[in-house]
Amino acid sequence: MRRTATAYAAGLIFGAGLVASSMIDPSKIVGFLDFGGAGGPWNPALLAVMGGAVVTHGLLLRWLARRGGAAAPANASRAGIDRQLVVGAAIFGVGWGLTGYCPGPAIVSLGFGAGRAWAVVAAMVTGGLLAELQLRQRARRAVAVNVAR
Amino acid sequence: MSALWSAALGGVLIGLAATFYWAANWRIAGVSGIVRAALAGDEAGGRSEPLAFLLGLITAGLIASVLRAPPAVPGQPLAVALVGGVLVGFGTRVGGGCTSGHGVCGISRVRPRSLVATATFVALGALTVAVLARTVPSWLVAR
Repeated sequence: MRRTATAYAAGLIFGAGLVASSMIDPSKIVGFLDFGGAGGPWNPALLAVMGGAVVTHGLLLRWLARRGGAAAPANASRAGIDRQLVVGAAIFGVGWGLTGYCPGPAIVSLGFGAGRAWAVVAAMVTGGLLAELQLRQRARRAVAVNVAR
Repeated sequence: MSALWSAALGGVLIGLAATFYWAANWRIAGVSGIVRAALAGDEAGGRSEPLAFLLGLITAGLIASVLRAPPAVPGQPLAVALVGGVLVGFGTRVGGGCTSGHGVCGISRVRPRSLVATATFVALGALTVAVLARTVPSWLVAR
């Protein structure tokens, strides 16, 4: 129950940050990605958001680690830099440039009740399920190959 | 200038939220992973934490909806937005994270994997916008 409450609070503050920084406006995202200024002057806002978030989170994580306390669970996932990471990030980048939405702002936008946000979120969920199916199929194939060997 | 300051301030809020989620729940505030956990369950099979986080995000949008004008709806055809949304969902699942998970949480931890992912999605996003601007500018999200 307590963990559910803290998760809700974290989501609320996170969403407030996305609202305050106007990252829920797809035009701000595209304005940043348009480095060449094809559609107007370049908008560095996303860089300021990332800077504020990374400096805050990075410093506080260091402070938490120095304070000791409970050892952090292994935060480095076993996965390294591989083709899957790059291909996935590349596909995400194309969708991001196309829509101006990444998952966080899309979910926050649901609160505005706009139909477009619901459509984009439904499409994101569908894409995630398609990826899940594909990854599973590939894992099965890999197992089959190993068995055949 | 003031838009940049509010952007940085919003970023600080995001950093505080990510730290709080880590300290209180030992979880990474990566939204694509949270959506996945809300649907399929986390590693312990629980769904209440990710669902609560998403509800918090939506509540922030609800509160914002009485304080400010709704975000401008992109002028592109709905089909383009749907295809883009599918690519976002597919790519973040395959690549293991999005702007929050790789971009904020991963870079804050100086994880090479997240640096590579972030550089890749920013580069491909920029390339996509550049191509749209030269070929079908009406599909480009208006500014």
